[in-house]
Amino acid sequence: MFWNKAMETISGPDLRTLQLKRLTWTVRQAEKVPFYQSLLKNAGIRSDAIRSLDDLVKLPFTSKKDLRLGYPFGSLAVPLTEVVRIHTTSGTTGKPTVVGYTRADLENWADLMARDLTMVGLGPGDVFQNALGYGLFTGGLGFHAGAEKIGMTVIPSATGNTRRQIEMIEDFGVTAVNATPSYAMRLAEVAEEMGAGLETLRIGTFGAEPWSENMRRELEERLGITAYDSYGMSELYGPGAAFECEEKNGLHFWHDSFLIEIINPETGEQLGPGERGELVVTPLVKEAMPLIRYRTGDITMILDDVCPCGRGQKIARIMGRSDDMLVIRGINVFPSQIEHVLLSLPEVGEQFMVYIDRIHHLDEMTIEVEVNRDYFSGELGDLTHVQKRVAGVLRDSLNLRTRVTLVEPGSLPRFEGKAKRVIDRRGDIW
Amino acid sequence: MDTENFTIKQISVFSENRPGRLAAIARALQEEEINIFAFSIAEAKGFGVVRALVDKPGVAYKKLTELGFMVSFTDVIAVKMRDEPGGLFEIAKILGEAEVNIEYAYAYSGKEVAVLILRVDHVDDAIRRIRGAGGELLQSSLFT
Ligand SMILES: [Zn+2]
Repeated sequence: MFWNKAMETISGPDLRTLQLKRLTWTVRQAEKVPFYQSLLKNAGIRSDAIRSLDDLVKLPFTSKKDLRLGYPFGSLAVPLTEVVRIHTTSGTTGKPTVVGYTRADLENWADLMARDLTMVGLGPGDVFQNALGYGLFTGGLGFHAGAEKIGMTVIPSATGNTRRQIEMIEDFGVTAVNATPSYAMRLAEVAEEMGAGLETLRIGTFGAEPWSENMRRELEERLGITAYDSYGMSELYGPGAAFECEEKNGLHFWHDSFLIEIINPETGEQLGPGERGELVVTPLVKEAMPLIRYRTGDITMILDDVCPCGRGQKIARIMGRSDDMLVIRGINVFPSQIEHVLLSLPEVGEQFMVYIDRIHHLDEMTIEVEVNRDYFSGELGDLTHVQKRVAGVLRDSLNLRTRVTLVEPGSLPRFEGKAKRVIDRRGDIW
Repeated sequence: MDTENFTIKQISVFSENRPGRLAAIARALQEEEINIFAFSIAEAKGFGVVRALVDKPGVAYKKLTELGFMVSFTDVIAVKMRDEPGGLFEIAKILGEAEVNIEYAYAYSGKEVAVLILRVDHVDDAIRRIRGAGGELLQSSLFT
């Protein structure tokens, strides 16, 4: 099902023409913002010099820091009288980033959310429980607008009071729930404690934090749903910039509204489809707060395959943050890649630690993994076989030789929240 | 012939190569008043397997597992050896002729007798051939 079939499937020259027109408009909009005036001046480019989409690389990147420095309203391209809503992003340090929306921005955003929710098979007749925070966080209100727009019955349940959430699902015959994946896990736990079957529930949409395929399987099983991944961030309106379709194999970006690139986070150089790097987004229709080549910090890749649903290019599910990237003997490695490999190997657990040393001027990466008890036969030979297999699969996946050390189950640190799995000891040696 | 009477449960414990792991295993066994007849350590890169023949393998398994160790039972046989030149050769020859492969072996030499502990690929064959040739095996009832 499509909400806006023309825009969801636009491709080829039609798409490129539209993107170019909107890119030029966006740069013109940015030229109204003082900090962009100086960024563009330093880069030696103006909106009237953009002739094709290839000129994108001549434009400067925008970082989170650029936006923070403009606190509170330094990123706005319109007078405050035209701003009808403000959200902020939770800054982990210092001041938050303020994002403003014109009336047209809110309408565009709701249209994207409407596409997302329609794409996963939701519509009139569905009862949608929106268990994301309402308020300055864009999650709650963003989904709310799209869900109402497509005619669902929306329950703005927000987060908290989990038993009440379960009762509402049962009493109101809720068919779809939207939450962070970790809160969805909590819902599953409490439903099981209460003995609630959640029979009416059929779809879950989850996002705002990274979650694995294992977690997807678990949520689908325990809640009796099909679970879809969503992607977005306040700087790109909020949630809904990209979303999975029913194929559940990558997230469709809305290319009429966003121009996306993948870059090497170290060099800024553009990477091709299938190459992993940092996602850079230039929103094409944002009025209040235009952005040029915004560095999201999220690691993914553009998928080159054609989706059976007929929509445009997808990105892979987010694989980590560019801040987490390691450079080992010149090769980029993300801890999430290691996690991904370990998840596919039943012989070892999914916890791991990475140690990086420089030995004789060469980077050496040592990965500690826990042996799965069920695979311990008591024979040394079987253990060395496991060790070789893990190292072999890692080498195939990372293109890098690593040392694998087997450790006792339960002996590696468990992390709540942000994990510190990488210990880089190279600095000590120089 | 009932080979079960001679099939002994060795405990095999995964151990990282770091200080104190062997001591932790030994302390745990001591706390349970478990007697160690024989043990050996097999090492690979960064880790090893401690193999031990103890008088109460079930208790040892439970205790070590509770402490977080990874433990499994391995079937072995224990052959009495003449404690004199040629003792080992005798046993190796019997198994070789029976085409039984020795995966590893370790020995202990007590006051009265030397015992060879063998991990072989065909336990039942090994027991039958050794006994058939007049060899003497320790009974598994010693280790329960
Ligand atoms: Zn699709």
